[in-house]
Amino acid sequence: MQRLALASMDIQDFGAVSARTVVAGVEAVCDPLGALYLPETRLLVVSDLHLEKGAAFARRGMLLPPYDTLATLKVLEAVIVRHDPAIVVSLGDNFHDRVGSAHLPEIFRAKIAELARGREWIWINGNHDPDGTVDLPGQSADELHYAGLAFRHEPSLLSPAGEIAGHLHPAATVIRREKAVRRPCFATDGKRLLMPAFGLMTGGLDLRHKAMAGLFDRPNLIAHMLGRDRIYSVRFSNLRG
Amino acid sequence: MPDSHLSHAAHGLSLLPPPFTRWFADRGWQPRAHQMELLARANTGESLLLIAPTGAGKTLAGFLPALTDLTHRGKIPPGSAFTGVHTLYISPLKALAVDIERNLMKPVSEMGLPITVETRTGDTPQSKRQRQRLNPPDILLTTPEQVALLIANGEAPRFFKDLKYVIFDELHSLVTSKRGHLLSLGLARLRQLAPGLKTIGLSATVAEPIDLRRWLVAQTPEAEHHAGLVTAPGGAKPVITILRSEARVPWSGHQAKYAMPEVYEAIKAHKTALLFVNTRSQAEILFQELWNINEDTLPIALHHGSLDVGQRRKVEQAMAENRLRAVVATSTLDLGIDWGDVDLVIHVGAPKGASRLAQRIGRANHRMDEPSRAILVPANRFEVMECQAALDANYLGAQDTPPVGDGALDVLAQHVLGMACAAPFDEDALFAEIISASPYAGLPREKFARIVQFVATGGYALKTYERYARIRKTADGLWRVSNPGVAQQYRLNLGTIVEMPMLNVRMVKRGAKGAVGRGGASLGKVEEYFLEMLAPGDTFLFSGKVLRFEGIRENECLVSQAFSLDPKVPAYAGGKFPLSTYLADQVRAMLDDPERWSALPDQVRDWLALQRDVSALPKRDELLIETFPRGSRHYMVAYPFEGRLAHQTLGMLLTRRLERAGRRPLGFVATDYSLAIWALDDLGYSFAIERPSLSNLFDEDMLGDDLEAWLDESFMLKRTFRNCAVIAGLIEQRHPGKEKTGRQVTVSADLIYDVLRSHEPDHILLEATRNDAAAGLLDIQRLGDMLMRIKGHITHRRLDRISPLAVPIMLEIGKETVAGEAQDSLLAEAAEDLIAEAMGDTNI
Repeated sequence: MQRLALASMDIQDFGAVSARTVVAGVEAVCDPLGALYLPETRLLVVSDLHLEKGAAFARRGMLLPPYDTLATLKVLEAVIVRHDPAIVVSLGDNFHDRVGSAHLPEIFRAKIAELARGREWIWINGNHDPDGTVDLPGQSADELHYAGLAFRHEPSLLSPAGEIAGHLHPAATVIRREKAVRRPCFATDGKRLLMPAFGLMTGGLDLRHKAMAGLFDRPNLIAHMLGRDRIYSVRFSNLRG
Repeated sequence: MPDSHLSHAAHGLSLLPPPFTRWFADRGWQPRAHQMELLARANTGESLLLIAPTGAGKTLAGFLPALTDLTHRGKIPPGSAFTGVHTLYISPLKALAVDIERNLMKPVSEMGLPITVETRTGDTPQSKRQRQRLNPPDILLTTPEQVALLIANGEAPRFFKDLKYVIFDELHSLVTSKRGHLLSLGLARLRQLAPGLKTIGLSATVAEPIDLRRWLVAQTPEAEHHAGLVTAPGGAKPVITILRSEARVPWSGHQAKYAMPEVYEAIKAHKTALLFVNTRSQAEILFQELWNINEDTLPIALHHGSLDVGQRRKVEQAMAENRLRAVVATSTLDLGIDWGDVDLVIHVGAPKGASRLAQRIGRANHRMDEPSRAILVPANRFEVMECQAALDANYLGAQDTPPVGDGALDVLAQHVLGMACAAPFDEDALFAEIISASPYAGLPREKFARIVQFVATGGYALKTYERYARIRKTADGLWRVSNPGVAQQYRLNLGTIVEMPMLNVRMVKRGAKGAVGRGGASLGKVEEYFLEMLAPGDTFLFSGKVLRFEGIRENECLVSQAFSLDPKVPAYAGGKFPLSTYLADQVRAMLDDPERWSALPDQVRDWLALQRDVSALPKRDELLIETFPRGSRHYMVAYPFEGRLAHQTLGMLLTRRLERAGRRPLGFVATDYSLAIWALDDLGYSFAIERPSLSNLFDEDMLGDDLEAWLDESFMLKRTFRNCAVIAGLIEQRHPGKEKTGRQVTVSADLIYDVLRSHEPDHILLEATRNDAAAGLLDIQRLGDMLMRIKGHITHRRLDRISPLAVPIMLEIGKETVAGEAQDSLLAEAAEDLIAEAMGDTNI
């Protein structure tokens, strides 16, 4: 919601409080806009952009608002301006469906080209868009191994060490006095990190959901929740007050 | 029967074909005057509204014109050309349609009439529906949703070409909802298909019969048109009493626990009692309280909308067979199904509206000549006054049913798509048809055009969906559906009743989760949002039991029997009715007139007298404001008596204003009668030095920008939006078996709302949402009327301590969450926690 509000404003320099974390010995910064930045390698990770989600639904007869791509790209621009990364990794489900990138309206294509100028851009394939992208800058891949970390869309059950993954759209719920707040979050136990969904018209899946079972060492699991202009870091065991 | 009606009836008798006169005579019965009047006037071609109390033979009256006409027509010889349906009977409830079939078939077969009667509801098998399309019955008993389905079909012109009568049962309850809006549009289409059709509306007593009379006939831009009115005389006056208890009437609360012994005695003294409450949680609690003292183990059952259908049917069955001594029920039992021999209605809590009370009391005793008996059980002191006011009103015959209201735009969108599915349409012709329906008579042409655009491409300023359009205007100027899939989608999403996402509640063994034993009983359904705030181990009241929440598995909420009688999470609120404007006015009048206090119990009288001495009693047309310190806080209590919804809205707006004035308000709580706001600053002093002045604080302009600003961030609006989006066909109704899975393939209505609000705030669906919220949830109209009424009539009492009248609402503080912005205030609070934690845990 707060990111949506940003998306409808002019891009400016937002003051924001990020949270530092360490994944498999690599230092990383959780940005409240939903991106992960690795200062050492100047690498920026975003996951689950789900671009053209509205259009994907419209193709099936549900005429959702056509503003999601525009809004997501605006926030992406803000986070790229903030960190000026050398490499951008988009961690899969970049588009909501297979034909999304082929049907992408020209203005959005131009915007992505502008954002990618002077940087390396890697599109990791996701389950929604397994065939890669059409006519966009950068290259497509199923996985990326770089700087001691493994970047892939779906978390693997075998090797947690140093894995940065997306796919599950993690969200955490804080409960205090019988009331609940739910926010998208980065979830990490120090070995693996799950990225929040960056797309502005995406839902979230609670960390307690069975799809998350077995991915984390729960005593060490921390949810870095996205706040308006800061990250709130809460231990898994403290989510319910 | 009174003499004056005899001549009318005798004249009417000649209208009846011989089988009818014989049938009446064989039973020693006589047609009632209103039945014959209705028949005579229908025969002259009038559409009619029949207003009659329960038990007055309303149903037979409604069917007489059709039955006699069909008798004159005779049986259709085999081999004749296709004959369409002759009469449609439309009821708000499936069960009622089935019930009527039984009741109608009896006289039809006893008279040997050559008439076929069938039902068609959501439960009717596909094969039977097919057959009905090919070979329609003379009389079809059905629901509003089925009418919408039938007219959206290409065969509708053939099916309805011979339609003579449309009978609407329980019309008063149909017309005030979106369902009624959809049905009014359906009726407009039926009039196109069968220009000669006549309507007959059957209704309980209502405040504004003129609204229903307009609803029944086609409107034109030049003039209002009305159906004729037939009124049946009322039966014996009901005998209503207010329960007087030995115990002290509590200051606040809604449970009426104090009166349980007397309520139990009343049940014992009657054959079968119906106990009505206003919310599901009240029903649960009352049921539990009664069983706690049920020493004779009387068969007492529970019936409310969240319970498992199977369980409800069992209760209904037991009720029909007179096996129960009492049923605790909510509004699910309000409508007119026959319920065995109920001889007492007990209303726990104030009835909130005189009409609702009359309806519910009508459940007791269906014989016209004997009075129904009812006992009102006020749960707190304000309710004592409210019950007294309702009681006076019932004797006076006052009515306060809600107005019909303007037709909703989301419903219109659904209908437009349906009409495209039926046949290609011309936009101007369809507009003319739609404004003949009374709820849409004032619809601007331009707004209709926007709705058509919405149906076609979503109606966005950004035109990127042209190629995905659901309906297209073709070269001949007609709008038609783009592909057959559209019609299929329409049929799946049809209707105006949007279910909240619900989870099935299933009983398991304690601690059972994951793979452990499934087999327990299903107890009913509970809203997903309620479960979101539960942690495993929490206990709550549901289905008459204290349950322990075990967890959620797939689409089920797993619970176990709790070993405590005291649920930790109290609130499982169902529907809540606000105090009606009429009753509110009566309560104010009573406060203002000590003469009328003699009807009240001593303790309530003493309470009011004390209030008069230490502070003041609000005059009928003024607003009393009290301010006083308590603990470290400063309180302001206002007594508008405008109902909880209006007070919540007012509280939200006032706290915003006080915040802006720097008075540091901390929170508020609203009841049906009053509103309390607390702050760090001395509010009494602030008002005294006019910073701000009370007249500025309560100025009507708060309904402008402040309201807009608050509405936009209110979670209530999101819930309203979800309903509108589903009804308008923007998002799909969730169907069983298609729920969200781990992979996020659905899109939440909240997100769509946020996207629309930030990118296209003028979108037609947001407009529809705001209209809905203003009318229903927020009671803005009422708030506006109140602010106007009290202008220049605000009385401020600065007190050094709490007043007697303020005690009830002060007791609510802490019990209720701050409604309205609960979500937002919670965010802030959780954020504080989070910050504290983040600060304390530096090595993250």
